[in-house]
Amino acid sequence: MFKKKKLFTMAIVTSMAALMLAGCGSSKSNGSEGSSKDVLAKIKDDKKIVFGVKYDTRLFGLKNPSSGEVEGFDIDLSKALAKEMFGSDVKPEYKEVTSKTRVGLLNNGKVDAVVATMTINEERKKEVDFTDVYFDAGQSLLVKKGSKITGLKDLKKGTKVLAVKGSTSAVNIREKAPDTQVLEFENYAEAFTALKSGKGDALTTDDAILYGMAEEDPSYHLVGGTFTEEPYGIAVKKGNKKLVDALNKALKSLKDSGEYDQIKSKWIKENQ
Amino acid sequence: MDFSVLTNNMDAFLEGFKTTIIASLIALVCSFILGTLIAVMRIAPLKALNWIGTVYVEFIRNIPVLVIVFFTYLAFTFSGMTAGTIGLTVYTASFIAEAIRAGIMSVPKGQMEAARSSGLSYGQAMRFVILPQAIKIVIPPLGNQFINLVKNSSLLGIVAGGDLMYQGDLVNAKTFAYVDTYVFVALFYLVLTIPLSFGVGYLEKRLARSN
Repeated sequence: MFKKKKLFTMAIVTSMAALMLAGCGSSKSNGSEGSSKDVLAKIKDDKKIVFGVKYDTRLFGLKNPSSGEVEGFDIDLSKALAKEMFGSDVKPEYKEVTSKTRVGLLNNGKVDAVVATMTINEERKKEVDFTDVYFDAGQSLLVKKGSKITGLKDLKKGTKVLAVKGSTSAVNIREKAPDTQVLEFENYAEAFTALKSGKGDALTTDDAILYGMAEEDPSYHLVGGTFTEEPYGIAVKKGNKKLVDALNKALKSLKDSGEYDQIKSKWIKENQ
Repeated sequence: MDFSVLTNNMDAFLEGFKTTIIASLIALVCSFILGTLIAVMRIAPLKALNWIGTVYVEFIRNIPVLVIVFFTYLAFTFSGMTAGTIGLTVYTASFIAEAIRAGIMSVPKGQMEAARSSGLSYGQAMRFVILPQAIKIVIPPLGNQFINLVKNSSLLGIVAGGDLMYQGDLVNAKTFAYVDTYVFVALFYLVLTIPLSFGVGYLEKRLARSN
């Protein structure tokens, strides 16, 4: 008798919790879809544009601990784009995103545009809108110098590859090296720390990001060349064609004026 | 709610659920044993033991569990799951020790004096007289610690431990359905924590009746 009653109460409480969660889940997703105010108009109203950038990716977006400033190619490029699009009327602001959080933050309006080493691909195009390509990268492998791994072919059964949650490289490596075990971390800093402490045989992501790591610790180097094409684009919330057009126009004029090349050569040295 | 997120990725969710259950169970049993040992050390009539127990508790419970898990993972050669389970055990044991110590302290002093004067050794008095009384007082706070432990096991996700949270993140990366995925992850945790809650409540009532 006592037991039965207990079980019954338990079932009630569990299902109530489930219903409550289901309820708030759906209302939230409706909410984010419902508030589809034009982002470009919002930027002009607020006189600020919030760029989502990486804080942990050397050369692209890295928070400098001594100055507290975020520095890198993505930051300089977005600054130049904001200036090109709005002059000095609109202030660029930066917010940290990771591969895992960037789509979510874009969709709920916390950031206006994501300039964060984000590869353009078909699946993501269903979720967000992309500008033209602003940087061409390709996936590669980073290993400790002297490692027996010299390329994709060495990623056999029993090897471990470290990647970052939510990145295209984590998906690609499962296809290209199906026998290896993939461990995924929150961000590049954690993945690199795990590599350094011997938690895996190689770290995989785009070559441009790996060059940044090899620069930080020269006992690591890239092997095997690139095995994918990773064109980076700027992502905005789905359905904001006006903002995409404005960004594309600004990107093109930066490329024409040579300012793009200047920014690029400041951060990315060819033939590293 | 988009249930296809759940049904299409059931394997991943179940895999994570299994890992979460295993890690939580191991950590629960180990932290209970370790916590009880430390509690006894803290109140044992031996200064050196008191000191070790106090240092353990004050040191461990004042460090974020995230730091402990990361440290265990990076400083040793453990896999993510092992490191996470050890980190959880070490962390939770400090709280369990405090809960048990509080329970023991709440048993009137006269009980120990009476037990000792009837010829029992300190260890026997502890085992047969003090601990059985203390355990009743300790059940509710212990239950809280165990529920916290199950929830804290989500930290395995940041050291690639393969638990529910980790699998949820991988599903997110694939589907971009963040809200739905986290709702399902939360439901899986509730499936573990609500019965645990009721189990503790039931034990509490039963032991109270046995008085």
